[in-house]
Amino acid sequence: MSLAQSAVIAGVYEHPTRWAPEKTAYQIHAESARGALADAGLTIKDVDGYLTAGVSPLGVMTLAEHLDLNPRYLDSTQIGGSSFVAHVSHAAAAIAAGLCEVALITYGSRASSERFAVGTGGQSPNDPPDQFEAPYGPTLIGAYAMCAQRHMHEFGTTAEQLAEIAVTTRRHAALNPVAKFRDPITVDDVLASRVVSSPLHLLDCCIITDGGGAVVVTSAERGRDLKKRPVRILGAAEALCHTSSGVRDLTAMAAKQSGPRAMAMAGVAHSDIDMCMLYDSFTITVLATLENLGFCRKGEGGAFVQNGRIGLGGALPINTDGGGLSSNHPGMRGIFLVIEAVKQLRGECGPRQVNNCRIALCHGTGGMLGLRHSGATLVLASA
Amino acid sequence: MAEAKSAKPLPRVDEESKGFWEACRRHELYLQRCRDCGRFRYYPRALCPQCLSDRTDWVLSSGRGSVYTYTVTYQNQAPGFRESLPYVLAYVELDQGVRLLTNIVGCAPEQVSIGMPVQVVFDDLTPEIALPKFQPAEG
Ligand SMILES: [Zn+2]
Repeated sequence: MSLAQSAVIAGVYEHPTRWAPEKTAYQIHAESARGALADAGLTIKDVDGYLTAGVSPLGVMTLAEHLDLNPRYLDSTQIGGSSFVAHVSHAAAAIAAGLCEVALITYGSRASSERFAVGTGGQSPNDPPDQFEAPYGPTLIGAYAMCAQRHMHEFGTTAEQLAEIAVTTRRHAALNPVAKFRDPITVDDVLASRVVSSPLHLLDCCIITDGGGAVVVTSAERGRDLKKRPVRILGAAEALCHTSSGVRDLTAMAAKQSGPRAMAMAGVAHSDIDMCMLYDSFTITVLATLENLGFCRKGEGGAFVQNGRIGLGGALPINTDGGGLSSNHPGMRGIFLVIEAVKQLRGECGPRQVNNCRIALCHGTGGMLGLRHSGATLVLASA
Repeated sequence: MAEAKSAKPLPRVDEESKGFWEACRRHELYLQRCRDCGRFRYYPRALCPQCLSDRTDWVLSSGRGSVYTYTVTYQNQAPGFRESLPYVLAYVELDQGVRLLTNIVGCAPEQVSIGMPVQVVFDDLTPEIALPKFQPAEG
């Protein structure tokens, strides 16, 4: 039986908190687990598979203890912010293989209240390549900025086109009551914000928040009579991109590999996809992801994002929750891509609902675009 | 180990990279080329990632190349870097075809552009470690 026929997403929960100094990260995990299980109509005792990342290298064990879980399937895949997108397909594969039946994925972080410098901290010289990188002062933003600079040079992409992505995302955030930043911004506002790492301005960068979320994946059979209509997992794929011994094209992303694979597994074409949730660490991440997933040709991303195409009511609405650019970004945003896509497919998004939303694509990017990064793509469909 | 001249992280030299860093200390930039498949690679490592051969030549680079891409960093909260803002982080493409992450020095950040010819210079951080950086090429 294929992965697509075997497993479904039965429940999701996005923690509404953006600032939680009075909570621990573990508490955010636990509250998110409670929310997603309640959404599915399941209890913690039903859980026999557990997946998480981002707490610590052995966080899956300490969190399982915190939740008093005794899972028969465990996964702590850590590939950066895309991890939780990958966890959905890992959970589905485990369920298809009979390794577990109800898999819980949780995420929680206090990046904001712990004043964690997500994008502008230093790099620690631990792994072998770091000795050739860390002494030069790369920041997370700097790595993405070098990709943006190259994209502008090769294709004539403009700062205004990048800004359009931030403006559209903010417009969506205004429709999400829990989004951190909801006041409208203009292209001029983005261009007038200070340059953090050229050519990226402050408003080209994701925000930093506390927060978390959870997703419950179960077998198609078990999903049939739960509380909510299950969301089907049609296709999934992962990929990595790195500097390829010093010859990588900095405008190429892992999405170029994972996107077509996931869509082929799903048996869908670009025109079938009603909305996308794309990792928006920076505006360039979105623009390059659209190109690498094949929604437009390479170099045409700048024109693609203009004229309302990626906004609600446009041909391809993206990041309807307000994304990492305006709603929330506790450091690893992948789980929110899945949560918002599921809500859209269930028609639960109120004023930000995409009309007749049947098929959604999630793409997570983890790590650093200009150095090493991962890509994880999911194609989801309403039941 | 001698005292570093700033709080910036030093390269953690290992068995696979020490040939590279020993050459840098002499202000020479050496690249690895696989003796079996002929490919240059960067960063240095014991086996060729194309064919996994361990037969490697160290080839002296002219140290000349051009800026493949860059960014002027205005914010980095890490010790050592926050004192040197703004600075230019860049990929330089060497004449041998490999690209390396580096800093562009010896000119104002706003003078840097993609395609600009550059040449290697060495920043002596400690008696053991000289870090290859690049400055605008003359002529
Ligand atoms: Zn070789």
